[in-house]
Amino acid sequence: MEIFQAIANMTAAGFAQHLVNGISLGSLYALIAIGYTMVYGILLMINFAHGDIVMMACYFAFFGITAFHIPWYLTFVGTIIATALLGVIIERTAYRPLRDAPKNSVLISAIGASFLLENLANYLFSGRPMHFPDIPFLSSMIPIGGVQIQAICFFIPVVTVICLVLLLHIVNHTKTGMAMRAVSKDYEIARVMGINIDNVISITFALGSALAAVGAIMWGIRYPGITPYLGVMPGLKCFIAAVVGGIGNIKGAVLGGFILGLGEILIVAFFPAFSGYRDAFAFIVLILILFYKPTGLLGETTTEKV
Amino acid sequence: MKKFVSAMLAMAVSAALIAGCGGGDKKADKGSGGGNTVKVGVFLPLTGDNAAGGELELRGIKLANKLHPEVNGKKIELVVADNKSDKAEAANVAARLIEKDKVKVIVGTYGSSLAMAAGNIVRDAKVPAIGTSCTNPQVTKGNDYYFRACFIDPFQGTVMANYAYKKGARKAAIVQEVSNDYSVGLSKFFKEAFEKLAGAGSVVETANYQTGDKDFTAQLTNLKAKNPDVVFAPGNFTESALLIKQARQLGIKAPFLGGDTWETQEFINVGGKEVEGICFSSAFDREKAATPEAKKFMEAYVKEYNGQQPGGLTAMAYDAYLIAYNALKVAGTEDSVKIRDAIAKTKDLETTTGMTTLNKDGDPIKNAVIKTVKDGKFTYLDTVTPDDLKAK
Repeated sequence: MEIFQAIANMTAAGFAQHLVNGISLGSLYALIAIGYTMVYGILLMINFAHGDIVMMACYFAFFGITAFHIPWYLTFVGTIIATALLGVIIERTAYRPLRDAPKNSVLISAIGASFLLENLANYLFSGRPMHFPDIPFLSSMIPIGGVQIQAICFFIPVVTVICLVLLLHIVNHTKTGMAMRAVSKDYEIARVMGINIDNVISITFALGSALAAVGAIMWGIRYPGITPYLGVMPGLKCFIAAVVGGIGNIKGAVLGGFILGLGEILIVAFFPAFSGYRDAFAFIVLILILFYKPTGLLGETTTEKV
Repeated sequence: MKKFVSAMLAMAVSAALIAGCGGGDKKADKGSGGGNTVKVGVFLPLTGDNAAGGELELRGIKLANKLHPEVNGKKIELVVADNKSDKAEAANVAARLIEKDKVKVIVGTYGSSLAMAAGNIVRDAKVPAIGTSCTNPQVTKGNDYYFRACFIDPFQGTVMANYAYKKGARKAAIVQEVSNDYSVGLSKFFKEAFEKLAGAGSVVETANYQTGDKDFTAQLTNLKAKNPDVVFAPGNFTESALLIKQARQLGIKAPFLGGDTWETQEFINVGGKEVEGICFSSAFDREKAATPEAKKFMEAYVKEYNGQQPGGLTAMAYDAYLIAYNALKVAGTEDSVKIRDAIAKTKDLETTTGMTTLNKDGDPIKNAVIKTVKDGKFTYLDTVTPDDLKAK
């Protein structure tokens, strides 16, 4: 049996290396998946342009550092702000006019926004891959007992957890968060109750896109070749992560992200013959979840939806 | 591979446009179709997806025609036909070249699928064709009338296996892009050749990835445990550059070998300092003229195109014309079947990429150049001759 052989051959250091790789990939998925889940929680709509927002954020950071020579930490702050704005603009132009239209129209509009961003990037930045600048402090490798860990890999899970805590605080303990929860329950009633739902939705998009930007920056440092179609596959996988965790549930999105990231790495680690099919893993998980627990892993246990 | 070559070429062509194209783009004279000319069809994609590649190859053919304009006292007239990067159009255009323009031999095309679309037509009409950069083995296999001036994909795998063995590697690992025929083909032939040299089981690991993958850490962690002397990883330049970067980050020190798709600036841009020292095979090297003909070609190109340097595609197209030219000269007739026989007998012909001999399939046996990346630039490293491959 191949798997037994793979386990027998695997050293402790090798396994630790696989775990590190998986956790860092999983945290990236988790960050991006939160954006999907937040928008869905409020609007009951899947923002298919989310992956492309990640891609645009990569380009913002790339140009900030290479073309405008802004120090990397300032660039990162600028990227997060610019991406949040981009999210709001997309919401205003592509989704808001369809607020009272059938859900399908908004979905199609989201796909349109996704294609628009991809082609815009292709036109503006060309299809040739660009190299996300190395940030010596984050890109360097740290060897720990035979395991090579890129410095960014320590930051990715930490940042993901910080973002998660902050977000849960905003959603559960602030007035804006209360408004978001209200809109997510029933936006018609929320509107009647005097909540400015347009503002709440804009804030949701801004937060989701800001998280996408954080994910994008770390994605860029970890996988430094950026192209206009960079967001497509991660976008799909993070959407799956959100569904697996229970779409609409923030903790579920993080859980789903980790399951997919670790699963993908470990499947290649233990079944090297399947390494060409690692993308299929996400889709198989999706099918299984939809069959056996359509609400997602955490979809039922929590009632809050944001 | 086609896509990436054309991306690279798009860049080269846009550079050419910025530099300002000098004239010289006039159509070959139409009026002189009498008894004193021999017509040679030029069959290339000049519009559509592959236009960038076609354009660079047209330059090579025109330049070769300028330097070798006459054969057996007759002027060679080029009839340029655009196959529009489209398979259906390619078949029509090939038929038109043969039936209407009555060309004796065809030179072209870029793109294996375009060449295959014309394959039956040239065979049925018994008019020989010499491909410029159609690298798929199927183009010439089973078709006595299609030849080519470029390497076929598998050849590079064999070349790299021999090179790795020669440099002392005894344990190799392969990382292939399973969704890419080019990568799988090269890998297969690398494995065959390497195991023949270093013994069965000397390829200790074969890992797969998909086009578009960004994370290779799992495959590489497995690979590291096998501790190979060398890693053969042909594939698209973006994925390959990221792969090598991650390999270095994981502490894999073995040299990486690949194929000619790596020869683009983006490979170096994305890979950065991590791709220093990799090796790959290529057909043409402009730093080191392989033959006097290569020197003549480079000098003429620089003069014709305002100081620009020729690339591999242009050289290959130039060579295809030379093969046709030589066959016309040797055959001494305009009978297409006799010209075909003369092409098939091409042996030790001096071309820009070394001495070219065609094998029984109609594919060239010639030198391959090994290149590396040094100080952020592609640099010549070594030459592998067909004799090197036979020695074992």
